[in-house]
Amino acid sequence: MMILTDRKPRVDVDAILTPQEIHDIDHYIHHYPDPRAASLDALKIVQKRNGWVNDTQVSAIAQMLGIPVSDVEGVATFYNRIYRQPVGRHVILLCDSIACFLMGAETLAQAFSRELGIGFGETTPDGRFTLLPICCLGNCDKGPTLMIDEDTHGLVSVDSVKGLLEQYA
Amino acid sequence: MNTTPKPIHGNGTAETHPLTWRLKHHDFVHDVAVYEDLEGYAGMKKALGMTPAEVQALIKDATVKGRGGAGFPAGIKWSLMAPNDGGPRYLICNADEMEPGTFKDRLLMEKLPHQLIEGMIIAGYTLEATQGYIFIRGEYIEAAKYLNEALEQVRAKGYLGQNILGTNWNFEIHVHTGAGRYICGEETALINSLEGRRANPRTKPPFPQVAGAWGRPTIVNNVETFNNLPAILLRGAEWYKNLSAHKSPDPGTKIYGVSGKVKFPGLWELPFGTTAREVIEEHAGGMQDGLTLKAWLPGGASTDFLTPDHLDLPMDGDTIMKAGSRLGTCLIMVVDETQDMVALVRNLEEFFARESCGWCTPCRDGLPWGVKILRALEQKQGKPEDIGHLTELTKNLWIGKTFCAHAPGAMEPLQSALKYFRHEFEAGINPQFAQASKIQQA
Ligand SMILES: Cc1cc2nc3c(=O)[nH]c(=O)nc-3n(C[C@H](O)[C@H](O)[C@H](O)COP(=O)(O)O)c2cc1C
Ligand code: SF4
Ligand code: FES
Repeated sequence: MMILTDRKPRVDVDAILTPQEIHDIDHYIHHYPDPRAASLDALKIVQKRNGWVNDTQVSAIAQMLGIPVSDVEGVATFYNRIYRQPVGRHVILLCDSIACFLMGAETLAQAFSRELGIGFGETTPDGRFTLLPICCLGNCDKGPTLMIDEDTHGLVSVDSVKGLLEQYA
Repeated sequence: MNTTPKPIHGNGTAETHPLTWRLKHHDFVHDVAVYEDLEGYAGMKKALGMTPAEVQALIKDATVKGRGGAGFPAGIKWSLMAPNDGGPRYLICNADEMEPGTFKDRLLMEKLPHQLIEGMIIAGYTLEATQGYIFIRGEYIEAAKYLNEALEQVRAKGYLGQNILGTNWNFEIHVHTGAGRYICGEETALINSLEGRRANPRTKPPFPQVAGAWGRPTIVNNVETFNNLPAILLRGAEWYKNLSAHKSPDPGTKIYGVSGKVKFPGLWELPFGTTAREVIEEHAGGMQDGLTLKAWLPGGASTDFLTPDHLDLPMDGDTIMKAGSRLGTCLIMVVDETQDMVALVRNLEEFFARESCGWCTPCRDGLPWGVKILRALEQKQGKPEDIGHLTELTKNLWIGKTFCAHAPGAMEPLQSALKYFRHEFEAGINPQFAQASKIQQA
């Protein structure tokens, strides 16, 4: 029988996180009166390595911040942009909110789907792209808008989908 | 009708366009020296020569209204902050901007990061805050970068840190980037998020002014609200109150904007109380050729639809409220005659359903139910009772029935669409179902 205890996780942080990651997380811890506040920053730092956060990384973050693994997991699963499963090399975030909807976001989403052969929430078999919906990107005067990785693209037309994707190897 | 888009600052000067006049001289102002050449940090210096109580009285006198959507007067909010007991006091800038159709804070932060920082230093001094945070959504990568660079520059100048400008006041500002959830914009959810927790809203009272971040007195204001402060310090409360040119009881200028199928979607700094007609027709160049206006949202997804009949009303808090909507963020979204309202409302409700934080049942379960009904109506597969169910939903998810304002916000576009465009919803009822229910009743 498994016995669950609230013992602190005993994981070897140094074996799981890189010295740079530990350093960066430590930097954020000092921004707040309580280390817990750095949990989202820490998840984002760790996510940079593989594009998503795995179970051992969650445990290592919990250890570093001195909080239960379940709390870090709770944060990781609450926010849209922390990924707890593998994603493609490039993540496409298509705005599906109202202003972009009015400018044809649903037709554009279909074009992406066709071009990539995947639907929302899926990754291409070659591991190149993951397609996700996202709320208003605050670029509503240039809808339809989307982000690929850290780049925002506005006024995206169905015709430009192919060329846009080619920019991301 | 216009043929070229108007720039955001109009023909403005520091006196007429306090938020954006600097953009007439530069495309953006990222360098502290450039900002200071254009009156930058002069308001802050003036404030730090006064007592906090004096600055507070000035802001209260100017009756600055919050620009985050609810329009609560900043001076009154500030006066409700618990007195200084020597412990930490927090100042938070709400830069989570995720209200669909809203894109004003992004511009202010990307183009004029120092103006926000100056406003926060003024507020921080007034409130005797010990630490400030800019809570910015994770997708605003450029804005966060410019803000961090600007903060470095002012730290080097001694505007942040210990004994700022020879006072005995110490203050620091950090940028905190989020990871995408609309509910983080709600100020108590934002505080939970900042503390590294799931962003569920908190019970009020206690209000954040008394027990906010880490249980300490906390003030949360919107980006644009802080941007208003520097000029008030320099030019005074009377000047500020006259800025809206007697167009409205709300003082100052406001960043108005338009999205949707107009000729020139964009943002403009205009006197508070400018009519939607002026914003849409003069500044945004009117509807695209061949399209006519059917409906408009005055300030984001969580406001009620208005119609062409309302275009000549001054856009200020009271007037838009009387017309049956809310001013919200003041960023107009226009809907043209060819748009099916059921599909549009379905899109809005999908947003709210997806972004529900899941804390309370009416919102968590009610919103997806609404989406299901709307989808059926959109596909002309609605049942006769569907419209009644939607109407019930607008009552059961209203203020007081849910834990926070997210669900009532979701009901605003729905209830107004049912009011003005009921026939479009009725057209979604499958006649076969109507027949079947008649037989059942017989
Ligand atoms: C669901 C929800 C989302 C909100 N999102 C934002 C937001 O993105 N930005 C913002 O400034 N205020 C937002 N607000 C309003 C804030 O709770 C708060 O009223 C505001 O930040 C106060 O600033 P102000 O007084 O300067 O307007 C939101 C409110 C609710 C209920
Ligand atoms: S109304 Fe919705 S968003 Fe607000 S607390 Fe309830 S579930 Fe969360
Ligand atoms: S609605 Fe798409 S960017 Fe605002």
